[in-house]
Amino acid sequence: MRYSIFSLIGQTLKGHRGWQPTWRDAAPKPEYDVLIIGGGGHGLATAHYLASRFGINNVAVIEKGYIGSGNVGRNTTIIRSNYLLPGNTPFYELSMKLWQGLEQDVNYNAMVSQRGVLNLFHSDPQRDAYARRGNAMRLAGVDAELLDRERVRAMVPFLDYETSRFPIQGGLLQRRGGTARHDAVAWGYARAADSRGVDIVQNCEVTGVTIMNGRVSGVATTRGPIRAKKVALVVAGNSSRVAAMAGMRLPIESHVLQAFVSEGLKPLIDCVVTFGAGHLYISQSDKGGLVFGGDIDGYNSYAQRGNLPVIEDVMEAAMGLWPGLGRVRLLRHWGGIMDMSMDGSPIIDHTPVQGLYLNAGWCYGGFKATPASGFCFAHLIAKDEPHPVAAAYRLDRFATGRVIDEKGAGAQPNLH
Amino acid sequence: MRIPCPHCGARDVQEFTYLGDAGLQRPDGLAATEAAMFDYVYLRDNLRGLHEELWYHGAGCHAWLAVRRHTLTHAIESAVPAKSRWTGAAA
Ligand SMILES: Cc1cc2nc3c(=O)[nH]c(=O)nc-3n(C[C@H](O)[C@H](O)[C@H](O)COP(=O)(O)OP(=O)(O)OC[C@H]3O[C@@H](n4cnc5c(N)ncnc54)[C@H](O)[C@@H]3O)c2cc1C
Ligand SMILES: [Zn+2]
Repeated sequence: MRYSIFSLIGQTLKGHRGWQPTWRDAAPKPEYDVLIIGGGGHGLATAHYLASRFGINNVAVIEKGYIGSGNVGRNTTIIRSNYLLPGNTPFYELSMKLWQGLEQDVNYNAMVSQRGVLNLFHSDPQRDAYARRGNAMRLAGVDAELLDRERVRAMVPFLDYETSRFPIQGGLLQRRGGTARHDAVAWGYARAADSRGVDIVQNCEVTGVTIMNGRVSGVATTRGPIRAKKVALVVAGNSSRVAAMAGMRLPIESHVLQAFVSEGLKPLIDCVVTFGAGHLYISQSDKGGLVFGGDIDGYNSYAQRGNLPVIEDVMEAAMGLWPGLGRVRLLRHWGGIMDMSMDGSPIIDHTPVQGLYLNAGWCYGGFKATPASGFCFAHLIAKDEPHPVAAAYRLDRFATGRVIDEKGAGAQPNLH
Repeated sequence: MRIPCPHCGARDVQEFTYLGDAGLQRPDGLAATEAAMFDYVYLRDNLRGLHEELWYHGAGCHAWLAVRRHTLTHAIESAVPAKSRWTGAAA
């Protein structure tokens, strides 16, 4: 069923009793051409692009929980392409372009909202760094504007401009950045892939990877073995564990990141704002809750929940930026487990095992990458060669010295 | 999360700085192969389960500790001076 104004009116007249399930709850078949481990945003997007752009339909997405139970349903929904390094900029810009056409492509309302992402700066050196970043973006064809304090104030008048410990001097604005409804992204890709014959298998955990003569031949799961010609590993947060099933050790640590939502409020803030003097970003969801987050907790974790120090740290930064927030009550908070890679950048590559492909290391910025990650991973799997904009995301870059370290933090994953 | 420092007692995690896996052994820089050095700098077991890791008690005794902590439950089994991990002696 295609969604449109006519199907909506038709269903309204029929009391909404005729809607079909959004995708089939498939049982695993014995064999597939491509088996994707992980039904997060990236795995589902990979399946959609394999089927819609590369004509590969005999595909399964194997998910240990339910669709959207991982980071794709836990993130703070920010999308942007304001990256500095040449390995990153064209990739994230492709992602932004795919976001702009996503809803038409998958026929699903993902509530993509280009409300602007504003990164504040608070000192002269930080202004220079942002000017450099903005220039790098513009050279790569990405939109960027450097705003002085008065132009920032006109956009978000209620921040603390003068009296705070770190007075706001201005900001770098990407107007095409914004937010997208995270669950709808998972559901939209799932539905689009399903409609082209992809099997989405939920509550099925991969427990082993079968390798014969250096070539992958399938996987073991909690619902029995499944054979496959190609296996794609895309399990954000659990990459080391699944890679270990194929005998690999990765340049990755798993860390927990928390997110927070306030009680619902009337429209207050119509863009995404990031604080430059600490780690804090804030926006308002269409339901009215303020959505915000900050640093990772900083130690290895698979717990999907964090601890109090980071909650305090985020609240302090929020109060420093926007004192009026002190009157707002926090409604809920949660955590997600992410792959923190050794240079803060992702991996989309072949592995030493033939027919086994790896998509990992997205750190806390992988939601915005979902469309391009799926597209480039599908390209790699279908053609056995990397897509040009993802060619730098090699697994061997750590050994060859071609790391992509946006933050310049070195091989210390909790600092990226 | 509170870490039972052997010198200071149980203290809030905010007093500590995390470094990571305590099981890594830095190879001899002059003798090591490039591959061994790459392994040490970049690759991690990244276990889900008991993980032996290094924490620095910066707001307390200034000692490096080797802490055994479960990465799924965050439960801490033990914390000993990091030195003793290599020398076997109680520091
Ligand atoms: C709190 C928080 C806030 C964030 N905010 C942002 C943001 O604002 N902007 C942004 O760009 N990014 C953000 N991120 C990062 C982003 O969410 C992730 O990088 C991205 O979602 C990861 O890709 P994914 O969607 O495929 O992951 P997931 O949704 O986690 O998908 C991986 C799936 O693999 C499954 N799996 C794991 N092991 C197995 C197995 N053995 N067998 C079968 N299935 C398995 C998991 O159950 C999971 O569903 C945030 C992350 C968190 C935690
Ligand atoms: Zn101490």
